[in-house]
Amino acid sequence: MANLIELSAVETAAAVASGQASAVEVAQAHLDRIAAVDGDVKAFLHVDTEGALSAARAVDEAKADGQPLGPLAGVPLAMKDVVVTKGIPTTSGSKILQGWIPPYDATVTRLVKQAGIVMLGKTNMDEFAMGSSTENSAYHPTHNPWDLSRVPGGSSGGSSAAVAAFQAPLSIGTDTGGSIRQPAAVTGIVGHKPTYGAVSRYGLIAFSSSLDQAGPFGRTVADTALLFDVLHGHDPLDSTSIPNVRLAAAAAAAEGAAGDLRGVRVGIVSELTGANGGYQQGVLDRFREAVDTLAGLGAEIVDLSCPHFDYALAAYYLIAPSECSSNLARFDSVRYGLRVGDDGQRSLEEVMSLTREAGFGAEVKRRIMIGTYALSSGYYEAYYGQAQKVRTLISRDFAAAFEQADVLVSPTSPFVAFGIGERVDDPMAMYVNDLCTLPASLAGTPAISVPCGLSSETGPALPVGLQIMAPALADERCFRVGAAFEAAYNAANGPIFKAIPSLGDAR
Amino acid sequence: MTLGYDEVITAFAPVIGLETHVELGTVSKMFCGCSTEFGAEPNTHTCPTCLGLPGALPVANASAIEYTIKIGLALNCTIASWCRFARKNYFYPDMPKNFQTSQYDEPLCVEGYLDVVVQGQSYRVGIERVHLEEDTGKNTHIGGATGRIHGADYSLVDYNRAGIPLVEIVTKPVEGTGALAPEVAKAYVTELRDILRTLGVSDVKMEQGSLRCDVNTSLMPVGSSQWGTRTETKNVNSLRSVERAVRSEMIRQAGILSEGGRIKQETRHFQEATGTTRSGRSKEEATDYRYFPEPDLVPLAPDRDWVATIKAALPELPAARRQRLTTEFGLSEDDLQKLVNADAVDVLAATVAAGSSAGDARNWWLGYLAQQANSRDIEVSALPITPAHVARIIELVNAGTLSTALARQAVDGVLETGADVDAVIAERALAVVSDTSALTDAADAAISANPDAADKVRGGKLPAIGALVGAVMKATRGQADAAAVRRILLERLGVSE
Repeated sequence: MANLIELSAVETAAAVASGQASAVEVAQAHLDRIAAVDGDVKAFLHVDTEGALSAARAVDEAKADGQPLGPLAGVPLAMKDVVVTKGIPTTSGSKILQGWIPPYDATVTRLVKQAGIVMLGKTNMDEFAMGSSTENSAYHPTHNPWDLSRVPGGSSGGSSAAVAAFQAPLSIGTDTGGSIRQPAAVTGIVGHKPTYGAVSRYGLIAFSSSLDQAGPFGRTVADTALLFDVLHGHDPLDSTSIPNVRLAAAAAAAEGAAGDLRGVRVGIVSELTGANGGYQQGVLDRFREAVDTLAGLGAEIVDLSCPHFDYALAAYYLIAPSECSSNLARFDSVRYGLRVGDDGQRSLEEVMSLTREAGFGAEVKRRIMIGTYALSSGYYEAYYGQAQKVRTLISRDFAAAFEQADVLVSPTSPFVAFGIGERVDDPMAMYVNDLCTLPASLAGTPAISVPCGLSSETGPALPVGLQIMAPALADERCFRVGAAFEAAYNAANGPIFKAIPSLGDAR
Repeated sequence: MTLGYDEVITAFAPVIGLETHVELGTVSKMFCGCSTEFGAEPNTHTCPTCLGLPGALPVANASAIEYTIKIGLALNCTIASWCRFARKNYFYPDMPKNFQTSQYDEPLCVEGYLDVVVQGQSYRVGIERVHLEEDTGKNTHIGGATGRIHGADYSLVDYNRAGIPLVEIVTKPVEGTGALAPEVAKAYVTELRDILRTLGVSDVKMEQGSLRCDVNTSLMPVGSSQWGTRTETKNVNSLRSVERAVRSEMIRQAGILSEGGRIKQETRHFQEATGTTRSGRSKEEATDYRYFPEPDLVPLAPDRDWVATIKAALPELPAARRQRLTTEFGLSEDDLQKLVNADAVDVLAATVAAGSSAGDARNWWLGYLAQQANSRDIEVSALPITPAHVARIIELVNAGTLSTALARQAVDGVLETGADVDAVIAERALAVVSDTSALTDAADAAISANPDAADKVRGGKLPAIGALVGAVMKATRGQADAAAVRRILLERLGVSE
């Protein structure tokens, strides 16, 4: 086959299943692509060449033995480094875990392996998933394939860049406040944050336990849906995993791709339309056009209000740091990871302190300090307690909105990809990237980001994302509406990822 | 100034409180599937979850929740219909996550009580809460003078214990016990231990740490209702130590207060060897544990029907059982109290179950065996002899095979060697000598060796036979039946009674 890296996951799986290409050929093509372009993109922290080829060979052997192959067997995937992988370095983008080789697999890793998906390596991320640009990685920033001087979003920026740069057709990210959806939006790909509890968190290095959720990236809605179908399901190792959850995202995407949204009520949340400024005009323009497209497919457009969404940012930046201050306490040099200052003279406390001083970056320390403060005796109610109440109110806003609409839509991010270094000195300027994605995170409800056009407002043409939000456990609606929109957009403009400038070699 | 206990009580009224930690006897740990077995090679019962590896998550053990509900019900508590685990955050290397998953303001069981009887008087000990948490690992500090972390050359950590389910039972402050505060404290822990054992939720071995007790003690002037500053005494590793710790702490505090000093709020450690407490870390600056609801675990919402099922299936609890045994065995209240104080109710019942009469069993456990326990400074139930052994002894005495003296020798042998009663008897040749010809020979020898005594008996002075009996008993090393010896002697002397 001509160019294996340009195939969708669906096409790749079909090629492997039909014998048009071997899984090893597919894996090798992607490893070659990584070798060619990752010096510029820097999406990966670790490329597991041996492991990938070995997994691919196993798929080819299974096929030769006549064993049935799963729908994604032989398809390469890039894994965010926050997901624990047995025998493969896992750092969560932090120096404090440099050199740690996990003795076990995350449930997500296990499911990927069982599906015959070929894991190529581990992708870069903001340290412990804290950030919106991947600049907080302790190792290096990742570059947006659309414009290498810009960020690929974050915290799952390595995973989004890898898929956008054709280094892998699929990747896995995690989303705590928008870390799948915002990177998907700014790299012109699809990213889905599942219902909280739909995908196991066992083996995800925790940032904020009540918010973290792993999910899929792909260049198409159908690919993303197929990967979601592999990843989700009840896991007895995760207490917060939802019992008996079994959704059919791929089928929903296929239904949506037929392009009929008659009877579907699409709600526009007035709080997420930039009425008070702060959104780029190009983003708002593409969003309006997207709404028109949905209306053109027969959807009924409903204007509604979720008044407490305005408090989502404040609540999020109390809850997430509070939980992280506790979750990250285990990185103390005693059992694994970095150890600094252990000269036989210093006390345990000094070694712990020196290790954490050296091992954590500025943003991680900032959040640990905020969280420690917010949980302190005498402040708990005013900060953590109040934030949890806001969270309840946001959930109620969603519940009321979903009385009037089947899905809610908004821009995924107020901005297109910004320049590397542009926002690093201003935490608030970084935090507002997540304005539109935070409500669904706090409510635990699913949301997908689908490319909805390009904006040249800040220079080169850069992708804009459309966020589609659904009620808890209605992930299928995200895929159905997302696929319908994608089909209509592609029919008019062609797939957006085709517009990514070539990198290094000719694709 | 050291006051006598009577002086302490004249001037001060004690307020005590007890926090008891119980390691549950579940097969697996609180939040993972690792074994809870005691004594394995260090760090062999571990997994990503109980080692706190990055990414690992807890899942609550349903058996541990059921055991805790049983405990709560047995202590007359209300079982919460909805509650949560909470994280208690602090750094210490025996805690793999640097937070302990515990319960804070939403315990599983609340507001119960336990009645204990001391010297015929019943005391109601209020139970504030019963909650579920995970145990920590075990540190061993190598080098240094104190065996503590400061000054140690290095420390070893064994995480086998990390994550074993632990129930914490906290009493309300107990007032009004006066001089009996130490006994009430001991009676409470004893009763609690018996309940836990009856429920089958823990092996309640204080020496192995599966039952650990912290004792809070404070004094206030007699007549005052303003509680004094309390100390918390840890390392109280036996029932006797509970009593000793309270008493010693009362005397220590009274000494300070009577000189106008003030009590420092602190943790103290009980020292078995001296029976006193020594200062541990100061609690003046309260640690901020930054408790918050554990986001990795869904809330606990025990189904009401489930709780009712557990309640219906509770076994007969010690107090009810004691009442029943008193009636069945015909014991007096006094006997019962003695048995309870000697921790001998279970062994008595087991001895009866093994075939003895209640009276015989009582006499042994409250008599010779209690003396042996006393001289060894242990509870009678901790003697290395089983109720089955005692039942066999009783059986042999009743059959005439053993005299009382021989039976005691047999008991001594079991206590010394741990061997079976019959093995001890065989080994030491303790059976009563009933061979008439051997006894006749011994009688003849005694008569010829003691002609004066023999003449007196022949002359009608029967009491003089004592010397002859003694001589025969000596010759047979006490193994003869004294009555039989007397009968044979009279026969050989031609005297009838």
